Amino acid sequence: MSRSKPLSPHLQVYRPQLTSMLSITHRASGIFLSAGTVVLLYWLMSAASGAARYAAALDLFRCGLTRVFLVGWTWAFFYHLCNGLRHLGWDAGYGFDLKTVYRTGYAVLAASVVLTGLIWACVLSQLGGAA
Amino acid sequence: MAEFSLPKNSRVEPGKTINAANGAKRARRIKIYRYEPDSEQNPRQDTFEIDLDKCGPMVLDAIIYIKNELDPTLAFRRSCREGICGSCAMNIDGTNTLACTKSTASIKGDVKIYPLPHMPVHKDLVPDLTHFYAQYASIKPWLQSDSPPPPDRERLQSKEDREKLDGLYECILCACCSTSCPSYWWNGDRYLGPAALLQAYRWLIDSRDEATGERLDALEDPFRLYRCHTIMNCARTCPKNLNPAEAIAEIKKMMLTRTL
Repeated sequence: MSRSKPLSPHLQVYRPQLTSMLSITHRASGIFLSAGTVVLLYWLMSAASGAARYAAALDLFRCGLTRVFLVGWTWAFFYHLCNGLRHLGWDAGYGFDLKTVYRTGYAVLAASVVLTGLIWACVLSQLGGAA
Repeated sequence: MAEFSLPKNSRVEPGKTINAANGAKRARRIKIYRYEPDSEQNPRQDTFEIDLDKCGPMVLDAIIYIKNELDPTLAFRRSCREGICGSCAMNIDGTNTLACTKSTASIKGDVKIYPLPHMPVHKDLVPDLTHFYAQYASIKPWLQSDSPPPPDRERLQSKEDREKLDGLYECILCACCSTSCPSYWWNGDRYLGPAALLQAYRWLIDSRDEATGERLDALEDPFRLYRCHTIMNCARTCPKNLNPAEAIAEIKKMMLTRTL
């Protein structure tokens, strides 16, 4: 009879909803972004190490899989930025009404996708001839 | 620390099925978490197929029907059946709410019922709320004042000061919010959680209370207050439509402004 009480289910049964999903995405995008800074550092170091190294780095950045990650980092950056502004609003005491929470939540999602699209439209049109 | 999977003794196993819906027009499967403390077995999930025309409209009515007609060993808390006592708080259809004010018809598909999340379970749908109540007591939820009250009447408050308590005093301490909060799941031993903090704010902004400084001192801690990351699950799930996250943000603002 010394059996300890069981713990009731939590993550396993709690319905995913915008509030918690955007919150965990904020964390995940932050962690993903710190990994991205290593790549940014690699790019800067290659530029400082001469033409040959830099050309090798550019080859890497042109490959399809790296592109996918670069788009991912761009999105993570804009999501973290936009949702960070949402958090600033909360810290100042604004935007707690549940309707507002949902509106700003969807707005952040839309803004991050649109901004990522815009950046990459610019990048790809610049690369147009070179790529 | 965050532990995402359940401990071995807490994993939910399949349970029995009782079909009491033969010939029913409105048959519904009610799936209920069961745990029998006197057995050596893990919790299980029992399925009761019932005729919704044979019981009242709310989830609590369905549970009472099951206890009365199908399985008298089912344990759950209930009292007022009108959303004012907070006893029948449980996880229904994936979110925490009061069984007495949640209509069965509003749920699509099987009705899945669990005890409030990430709590020790006494039996079936009855969680152990000892720690939750101790945390509530720790914020000293009573009026603290050095000034004596007027000899001939109660302590008065202006209409405006009284209005500051709206959206706070309505809390019934059902624990839906705290047990919906992932931060409380992972750090509930030290983080006070949305319910206790909403109550802390209720006393912080009471114009009659004179212990504001001491109350803020007690909350100035990396865990007690600052584990709130504005996830907003609390406000989303509150059956009384209160906003604990907003109250917590106001406490954080008070912490900041008193240093300026």
